[in-house]
Amino acid sequence: MSIIVLAENAQGSFKKKTFEAVQYAAGIAQNMGTTVTAVALGNITDAALAELGQYGANKVLHVADARLDNLNARAYTKALVTAAEKEGAKVIVALHDVTGKAVAPRVAARLKAGMVAGAVAHPDMSNGFIVKKNVFSGKAFAFVNITSDVKVITLMPNTFAVKKGEGSANVETLSVAFDDKDFGVTVKEVNKVTGAVPLSEAELVVSGGRGMKGPENWHYLEDLANALGAALACSRPVADAHWRPHHEHVGQTGGTIRPNLYIAVGISGAIQHLAGVNGSKTIVVINKDPEAPFFKAADYGVLGDALEILPKLTEAVKKFKETQH
Amino acid sequence: MKILVCISQVPDTTTKIAFSDNNTNFNTQGVTFIINPYDEWYALVRALELKEGGVASAVNLVTVGKADAEPVIRKALALGGDEAIRIDTDSNDPYVVAAQIAEYAKSENYDLVLCGKESIDYNNGVMGAMLAELLDMNYIGFATSIDVAGSIATVKREIEGGEETDTSSFPLVISCQKGVAEARIPNMRGIMAARTKPLKVVAPAAISPLSTIASYEMPPAKSGVKMISPDNMDELVHLLHTEAKVI
Repeated sequence: MSIIVLAENAQGSFKKKTFEAVQYAAGIAQNMGTTVTAVALGNITDAALAELGQYGANKVLHVADARLDNLNARAYTKALVTAAEKEGAKVIVALHDVTGKAVAPRVAARLKAGMVAGAVAHPDMSNGFIVKKNVFSGKAFAFVNITSDVKVITLMPNTFAVKKGEGSANVETLSVAFDDKDFGVTVKEVNKVTGAVPLSEAELVVSGGRGMKGPENWHYLEDLANALGAALACSRPVADAHWRPHHEHVGQTGGTIRPNLYIAVGISGAIQHLAGVNGSKTIVVINKDPEAPFFKAADYGVLGDALEILPKLTEAVKKFKETQH
Repeated sequence: MKILVCISQVPDTTTKIAFSDNNTNFNTQGVTFIINPYDEWYALVRALELKEGGVASAVNLVTVGKADAEPVIRKALALGGDEAIRIDTDSNDPYVVAAQIAEYAKSENYDLVLCGKESIDYNNGVMGAMLAELLDMNYIGFATSIDVAGSIATVKREIEGGEETDTSSFPLVISCQKGVAEARIPNMRGIMAARTKPLKVVAPAAISPLSTIASYEMPPAKSGVKMISPDNMDELVHLLHTEAKVI
């Protein structure tokens, strides 16, 4: 018996959210009195793999096949299922991100394992195996009891703070009997936005709405985002008006994010927008309308004209950053 | 080419969520149900475009739900589609829903199965991948564009911090999001036609759930907003650092 965790890597290195998933699996393992086996796929060095031990992995199974450098749901599924069967795994953990969402449900269906997608807490094993998750786009939580023998969980990234500990994991090679069908989807082209923080992973987010008055004013938000090291987001009307690209749209029908800090500028806070962002740990609302519903969901509010307030806030952030060095 | 579009009925986006029976049931009283936006705006409309463009010969819709799901599936038929299938059961367990659709679809020889990237009620985002596994098909998730040329689909999909272009043969399952198509409004002719389109009710297969929802909880209310003077942004930065501890 063991807990399996998919340790996804990006071009041969692990991101913070992978450590978070390993740490989460280690927490479950501790409660169940068992160990954690991380599964890593594609090209990655043994030194990087052993580092997973600092976050609670006891063992790493490495499938060193270069065809796994890009996501292929079928091949990833076979690798995870092979590892799970070898280890006799009772719980399989992945992240609730584009990779985990493509792979974990396939693993669950193949193993007839009950699944919780987007967990925000450790399982409560005092009376069943109950996992808390967001439902109704962040408007509520559900406590889901997984009743099958094998269980699959995807963890919502940025739920837990990551703590680096001691320890080193034993790295073993795992061979998986892939066939052509496992690579039935061919990756033709990869376009990554370089330099920018991906919105889904950002800890700090600066977001603009119609109150910004037009795309020509977005440099105020960009300046603040740069000073903070934050990602940019926007409300739906802004994306629909093509002021900003659609991938920046957050809300019920856009992206759902849960950063540590969400600064909403000129966004009234319609229920659909709140649904996508109310998992944020701290919300700052800047709006000139004292009746804006967003103030009710905010931790800090600033009443006034965004275009006047933003440069002052950016200056204050810069001044603060200088004192931190 | 035969396309199957998976349709889920969900509470309208403006719904105020409430629970009953000691927080064990979602209270549907007074709730308006709509087609899950990702299923409607992207999966269904793209399927209809593929038929209009001569690529697809048939577009069928499937939903898992009791009779109360029929108005929503009729609304979907008003946008287009040849016939609808309602699998007569209801479940909150995503495996049951996927397995019911797979049981129906496995003997129907669909080339392409489309669904939304997630439903806005349970936000699992697992349906496409589970269906692909159960039907032994390729899967591409979170598509932002879908093109078909001959026996090959070219699909752009979201990846961490960017976009990837994939190709795949059929049969294939794709989950759809913004970019795949533009939302349409049903016209009067479509609404009239939908009334007489076939809506087949299929008995559910015997599939046991692998999970149940034990209870629900509302998020804790915010303790109240702290207003900061627009002339004192140093104070805001100070509070974000010392009180909220986020910078």
